[in-house]
Amino acid sequence: MEDMLEERTLSRALKRETSIEEEEKNRKLVIFAWSGDLDRMWPTLILATTSAAMGMQTTVFFTFWGLLPLVRNDVRITGENWMQKMLSLMNRGGTEHLKLTKMNFAGAGPAMMRKLARDHKVASPQELLELAQEMGVRLVPCQMTMDLLGLTREDLIDGAEAPAGATSALLDAQDAITLFI
Amino acid sequence: MNTTIAQSLDLTGLSCPLPIVKTARAIKELASGDLIEVLATDPGSVPDFTAWCRSTGHTLVESTLEGGVYRFVVRKR
Repeated sequence: MEDMLEERTLSRALKRETSIEEEEKNRKLVIFAWSGDLDRMWPTLILATTSAAMGMQTTVFFTFWGLLPLVRNDVRITGENWMQKMLSLMNRGGTEHLKLTKMNFAGAGPAMMRKLARDHKVASPQELLELAQEMGVRLVPCQMTMDLLGLTREDLIDGAEAPAGATSALLDAQDAITLFI
Repeated sequence: MNTTIAQSLDLTGLSCPLPIVKTARAIKELASGDLIEVLATDPGSVPDFTAWCRSTGHTLVESTLEGGVYRFVVRKR
């Protein structure tokens, strides 16, 4: 009975929705991924994959701490001088090493969060990053951040685009929906 | 018009945004007018499939709930 009711509501919603005219326009999404924290990178990648699924031209510009998830998971120490090396030691790159903005508890928080995500079949950041690439999301590293952290192209995952600057990111964003996460 | 299901996806158990992302990935391989059937258990997929079809121009032909499983049939634009 309940199912039938739900079905009727659904079909009514369907009729309403399909009657709305499609808007044909050039739709783009540009996300400025500034944070490398797990609880920010997660929604960044969820939105990027969904946007690509919706047929939107999607670009993620990875800058500052946001660049770290683009570092390969198997790379440990990065950087050229001791300061950059120290930074990478304390702040390891890669999707598997992201921290939480709150309740991090020296890594216990993210471990629990990942377990919860697995139990609820929520895709991991790594899975989402791979899906994003498969869906044609452009992953653009910030050149300035690469210089700052002493990162090379070899430190980054395969499939990341050539590093770019703020100008090309903003040019790309001119006719796009933009998010700063 | 084509009335046979060209592809069937079982996405039960998966959470947002996987049902939509995986459907979008699969529909790329189909021809215009083909039907794809998707099974999902994420309650959010009901508004999401409607929104996705509206955004992409595909047609949501069917959207039903049976035994806790949502079934969507989408016709590729």
